[in-house]
Amino acid sequence: MTTMKHTTLNTFKKALLVVACSTLGAISVNAQADDVSVPDTIRWTIPFGVGGGTDVWARFFTTWMSDHIQGNPTLVIDNVPGGGSINGSNLFAMRAAADGSQWIGTSASTQYPAMLQDRRVRYNYDDWTPILATPTGGVVYAQPSLGDSAEEVLSAVTNQRVKFAVQSHTGLELPVLIALDLLGADVQAVSGMRSRGEGRLAFERGEADIDFQTTSAYFSSVEPLVESGRAVPLFSLGVLNDSGEIVRDPAFPDLPTFNDVYETLHGEAPSGPAAEAYRKFFASGFTLQKLILLPSDAPADLIQEYREAAQRFVDTEAFKDAAMAQLGPYTPVVGEIVEQHLQEAMSLDDATRQWLVEWLLEQHGARI
Amino acid sequence: MLDVLFSSLGQLFTVPHMLYMVIGVLIGLIVGIIPGLGGIAGMSLLLPFLYGMEPSVALGMLMGLVAVIPTGDTFASVLLGIPGSSASQATVVDGFALAKKGQAARALSSAFLSSMMGGLIGAVVLTAFILIARPVVLSFSSSELFMLTLLGLSMVAVLSGKDVFKGIAACGVGLLVGTIGMAPATGEFRLPFELDYLYDGLPLVVVGLGIFALPEIIDLLVKRGAIAEQPCQLGKGWKEGVKDVARRPGLVARCAGIGSLMGTIPGLAGSVVDWLTYGHAVQSAKDKSQFGKGDIRGVIAPESANNACACGAMVPTLLFGIPGSGTAAVFLGGLLLLGLQPGVSMLETNLDLTYTIIWSLALANILGAALCLGLARPVASLTRVPFVILAPLITILILFAAYQATRSLGDLFALGIIGAIGVLFKQANWSRPAFLIGFVLAPGAEAYFYQAAQFQGAEAFMRPGVLIIGALIAASLIVPPLRSYLQKRRPTEQSAASTLQEEVAPLSLGVIDVVLLGSLLAGAGYMWLTFADLSMLGGIMPRLAIAIIVAACLLEIIRTVIKPMKWQIQTLRQQFVWVAGFFALIGSVMVFGFLFTAAVFCLGFLLVVARMKPVIAVGMATGVTLFLVGVANLLALTYPAGMLAAL
Repeated sequence: MTTMKHTTLNTFKKALLVVACSTLGAISVNAQADDVSVPDTIRWTIPFGVGGGTDVWARFFTTWMSDHIQGNPTLVIDNVPGGGSINGSNLFAMRAAADGSQWIGTSASTQYPAMLQDRRVRYNYDDWTPILATPTGGVVYAQPSLGDSAEEVLSAVTNQRVKFAVQSHTGLELPVLIALDLLGADVQAVSGMRSRGEGRLAFERGEADIDFQTTSAYFSSVEPLVESGRAVPLFSLGVLNDSGEIVRDPAFPDLPTFNDVYETLHGEAPSGPAAEAYRKFFASGFTLQKLILLPSDAPADLIQEYREAAQRFVDTEAFKDAAMAQLGPYTPVVGEIVEQHLQEAMSLDDATRQWLVEWLLEQHGARI
Repeated sequence: MLDVLFSSLGQLFTVPHMLYMVIGVLIGLIVGIIPGLGGIAGMSLLLPFLYGMEPSVALGMLMGLVAVIPTGDTFASVLLGIPGSSASQATVVDGFALAKKGQAARALSSAFLSSMMGGLIGAVVLTAFILIARPVVLSFSSSELFMLTLLGLSMVAVLSGKDVFKGIAACGVGLLVGTIGMAPATGEFRLPFELDYLYDGLPLVVVGLGIFALPEIIDLLVKRGAIAEQPCQLGKGWKEGVKDVARRPGLVARCAGIGSLMGTIPGLAGSVVDWLTYGHAVQSAKDKSQFGKGDIRGVIAPESANNACACGAMVPTLLFGIPGSGTAAVFLGGLLLLGLQPGVSMLETNLDLTYTIIWSLALANILGAALCLGLARPVASLTRVPFVILAPLITILILFAAYQATRSLGDLFALGIIGAIGVLFKQANWSRPAFLIGFVLAPGAEAYFYQAAQFQGAEAFMRPGVLIIGALIAASLIVPPLRSYLQKRRPTEQSAASTLQEEVAPLSLGVIDVVLLGSLLAGAGYMWLTFADLSMLGGIMPRLAIAIIVAACLLEIIRTVIKPMKWQIQTLRQQFVWVAGFFALIGSVMVFGFLFTAAVFCLGFLLVVARMKPVIAVGMATGVTLFLVGVANLLALTYPAGMLAAL
């Protein structure tokens, strides 16, 4: 009886706290740091809407970052959606103060337009420096009507036109489209899906023949289809290891990667501008899918402190447990190593870009 | 299954669950009542607390919020003519008309009671339907979705009544405005005047506010007096409203049914359902003359539907991870934060949580509507206040609401421009709902048509679902005129009465009509040239919209020439002054910043135009400023600071 009363009281207190905090707004914790002067409040721009993938990702990280940075600053998320993250990123590039109190969280749809030199883009990744990046993987799967095994499907798609529901030709699906093209598949990309989820719905309705989902969505929504024989997994995109090689995805140890499949078919690794484009967009859209960045001219000791804070928790068991549901079995990458990878991934040489522009126009009728 | 159903019910009535749900309901009501905020703002208030919370308790809190937003936003729709969110646009039409007749209390109590009933029916439907929903949702392919957008568009004919051509032209303008932004098929941008602001198209909130709220504000300022033109009967009206709903159980049930089923279809949901049910109410009514002028059925129908729709929208959210509405999208984010992946597992491993969600939805609907019913009477007395006092507050409120859309100054200019179109439409009696329906459905119609053609080719239009919806459309277009034709041929008393009515209100034409027809034709020509270099696929929809405008305008002109109409005097000078004043206000926001402009404008307007006592005026202006600052702190907003601040 007493315990129940106690919990009730506690709940009531907690509830009161929610009310109090949500009415008073952000409460800054005024703790002083020992050596670096960490700002009380860090304003974290998320150029996507509330409740979207990147927003949820950022909210997951706020608690962890705040708990591990000296002085426990309050992290306030500022959602600035629009233009598929271009608007918010432009605003951040224009306005953000370089005192280390402003961060931005970006995703593949922020990276890709910058790489494709979209004329709306007024931000430059060279002006920003990363604190942390989280990778994701993904799997391409097909209708069982195309064949019972991955091999049968892959040979079937070279002879017949298959439909693939995409958000846009230059969205997250871009490396998948290139990969399928390298495998000789005849793909008709139907664009205009508002999310990857809508693409999956088109697949489940039988309208699309082939589809692609990132790791978390694959586990929750595609695996049941595979188990009941309504989808055949073809290959994963793999993950990039520290030495820059694409290896099997720890989430899908039994599935070959795209590179494996290509090598089995052709006896050699993919090469040429298409392979180059695939590698770059895979790296910036998957290996470094979501990034925490801040202006490069922020105080160096602050940048260092943020990176160390991330380093302090990414390897703990508690974080790994919590991250399993949010990020999948991938470990975030922290600090300078992200910077190197990022620069490498985002630099698309003119020949590759030219190839891409022509390929998009010829194969998919899309203009950049 | 039944044991899970009841064990989740038991969980619902534990103290923590109820407590958090009440918090959710209260926050939901507050953000629902303030125009422009709605579900997304409410969710962003709650999301920071979700991480680490017990899932069933957290879900109760989120559902409390989601469930009552379509209830709370009714206040602004009925009392002020401001569509609080996309769910309450159809409510404005008759709800605000009733408020002007002094029947605000009646409209509100009807609306809340139907909201409650709709929400309950929706929850009951959801309880059973969620178990079998998967195949049903999957049976709606892109071609059926396209046909549903057509069904929505066919409501234009129902809503525009005798002025069919004007209605179609208005709808065409809506369609054209709706195609601004990125072409779904090719990724090309359709930007008149090369404005960056238009990349994502115009936000629905801005268009809704511009087309409905601004013209009403200006109209009330021109007329002077209070919102209620006739004496208010608050107490009697309140009871009357409850009786209105009790007398029409069939309408409530049908609209709630339509609402919950439409809600389950991902991709359409909220945007069409209120107009579909409004159209249904008009079609099924014997006496249609009062719709648009204050028919209580025009309030009951959309309000029963929108809460049911919020229930239905949980189906695609929970089963497929595809949100059925903007609020559901944020709810989905909440699920992910709690570590719950939507999908089949919500039925298999998390069925108890799924039922907790549904029960919370039902309970929150009852709670929210009961609270609103209690508030209806005192709040309805707002309509007795001289409007000139309310005007500055409402103007600041709609500027605030519009600015929430994308948080750029473009929102304010778009609001002014759409508002000017709205004023012209209102003065000349062109159907504003038709414009909005066109605007809302344009992107869906285009994307689904393209997808249907790509995925299914010509077979798309032979599918049984497509044929059924096609038959429905045909019926809704053909049956009403046929019925009235048959009635006319039968010389009964009733038809005599209706002919009499038609004689009283003959078709008329005025100077604004002429201006509108001319400028629409000119505008259509301009847009045709602007879109000249779009590819075939990217340009087909705007060109179709232009063709609709031109055809409707020409037919209207021909009709006028063949059957000369009574020349009607339409005045515009005063309205023009107010619209110019509104743009001056936006200009001042640009130069001096939003907060400063809001404070000075309120103070000045109250002192000079409303001639209030300085003490009260200062008090009210301070109140407005404090409200704006408070909300900004709460939601981490930044207002436009103005050019002077940049110097």
